[in-house]
Amino acid sequence: MTKLIPLTEAVSQFVHDGDTIYAAGFTHLIPFAAGHEIIRQGIRNLTLARATPDLIYDQMVAAGCARKVIFSYMGNPGVGSLRLVRAELEAGRLEWEEYSHFGMISRLQAGAAGLPFMPMNQTGAADLEAANPNIRRVTDPYSGKEVVVVPALNPDVAIVHVQRADAQGNAHLWGIIGEQKEAAFASKRVILTAEEIVDEAVIRSDPNRTLIPGFIVSAVCPVPFACHPSYAQGCYDRDNEFYLKWDKISESPEAVKAWLDEWVFGVKDREEYWQKLGAETHQRLRVKPNLSEPINYGEY
Amino acid sequence: MTDLNYSSSELMIINAARMLRNGDVVFVGVGQPNLACNLAKRTHAPDLVMIYEAGVIGAEPRRLPLSIGDPTLVSGALSVVSMYDIFANYLQRGNVDVGFLGGAQIDRYGNINATIIGTDYAHPKVRLPGSGGAQEIAAWANRCYIMTPHQKRRFPEKVDFMTSAGYLEGAGGRAQAGLRGKGPVAVVTDIGVMEPDETGELTLTALHPGKTTQEAIDNTGWPLKVAASMRTTGPVTEKELRILREELDPTGIYLKSG
Repeated sequence: MTKLIPLTEAVSQFVHDGDTIYAAGFTHLIPFAAGHEIIRQGIRNLTLARATPDLIYDQMVAAGCARKVIFSYMGNPGVGSLRLVRAELEAGRLEWEEYSHFGMISRLQAGAAGLPFMPMNQTGAADLEAANPNIRRVTDPYSGKEVVVVPALNPDVAIVHVQRADAQGNAHLWGIIGEQKEAAFASKRVILTAEEIVDEAVIRSDPNRTLIPGFIVSAVCPVPFACHPSYAQGCYDRDNEFYLKWDKISESPEAVKAWLDEWVFGVKDREEYWQKLGAETHQRLRVKPNLSEPINYGEY
Repeated sequence: MTDLNYSSSELMIINAARMLRNGDVVFVGVGQPNLACNLAKRTHAPDLVMIYEAGVIGAEPRRLPLSIGDPTLVSGALSVVSMYDIFANYLQRGNVDVGFLGGAQIDRYGNINATIIGTDYAHPKVRLPGSGGAQEIAAWANRCYIMTPHQKRRFPEKVDFMTSAGYLEGAGGRAQAGLRGKGPVAVVTDIGVMEPDETGELTLTALHPGKTTQEAIDNTGWPLKVAASMRTTGPVTEKELRILREELDPTGIYLKSG
């Protein structure tokens, strides 16, 4: 059964005020198109969970979508401070919950596996444990030693972008695979956006590459270039210039508002956004192909 | 002809690179640690295996990576794994030799703060990015290196918030907490090198050419102990500077500071 619907419909159908959202992707495949659509639809009071909030949550926070953030590294990757989230935190206007990367990802892994919590070895640095009551200790029943535990994270919605999927939502992704699979399995609903919709036969030609099966996916949305200024391995490059530019834009609330007006509210969808970026940017982000050696699954 | 005048950043990167051993499996961060590792790989440690927090094993970046998840890390790598796997199977399991760490504050016992300035977590004076992978790298890599400019505000007696463990309260702290790695075995600054003494206290053990013990003492926030046998780090070579400037960071993104 096809789950193909436009992104506008997927967001209005599956993302609600007050939801906990996990927009997946560790630097790679960050689903900016869906984030912008959530902003356009004026969805409010969200809890935004991501290991690295990145520009996508900086923009969603600036647009007033968020009540709370859950994170493990709140910076502009490779640039410096994530100014808007940081300012809201410092001003006490935004709730937050903080983990280390391993703590954050262990929460998702527990959620994905249907477990109540996940143990981790101790790290000796206990200040975050003292600051966040969700980080606790239990005694290992086998050795009698203490381990650190974090509770399962089961978001209402995962948003995951992939290079290719079929109409049922069986998805191939490659390159940095971060926490897409864990986010999808942990969440109650999954919105999948894809660079390309392919025939089921393409998926079946390489089953080891299928990290997400269609039967846990709620909606499949064809959205080429959905990740800009992040990237999709083999499709287009990361726009480092924009990450630097955002550092400047986010210094001023007026500039942020003007940017949102022009690039989010001023366009109807990702297609229009991508065209608006222009030929020079398209050229700058183009990547030369570099194909893997084919593998032989055998005919049985 | 390479200009032999070097920046503080170049000095620190080169000295950190020299500490890496051939065959080390290194958990690399972007920026200066990335340059140090790539420099070591192109000089004395061709078999260095570079692991990046984003899940990339055995990266051989063809261009300067500008973020921890730069696609250049992936193309041509040995393996790419999920974030859970990199932290669990690689780091927690004990498969990483070296970790690089940095932070806003490093204290007398090598503990690191990358979380908040101020003492009230709920109302920080300055909110920093937070741990990322640092908390686990500091605990579980076999040994860690820290690179940071030598300034009093960066080296307080005690960190405002302990994001990652050094030697905790001193000798025996790590063993008591059950940590597997040795902790920060060297802090490379633009003045010299600090290493833990038998109590875990960071002690000045080497000076870069032309630097003085007094400069180090003046720029440290605790009464800095000085090792009995002070070394001088080897002079920066033309080859090291050429590789850094021409091959690794030709536009000077990470080299020019300092």
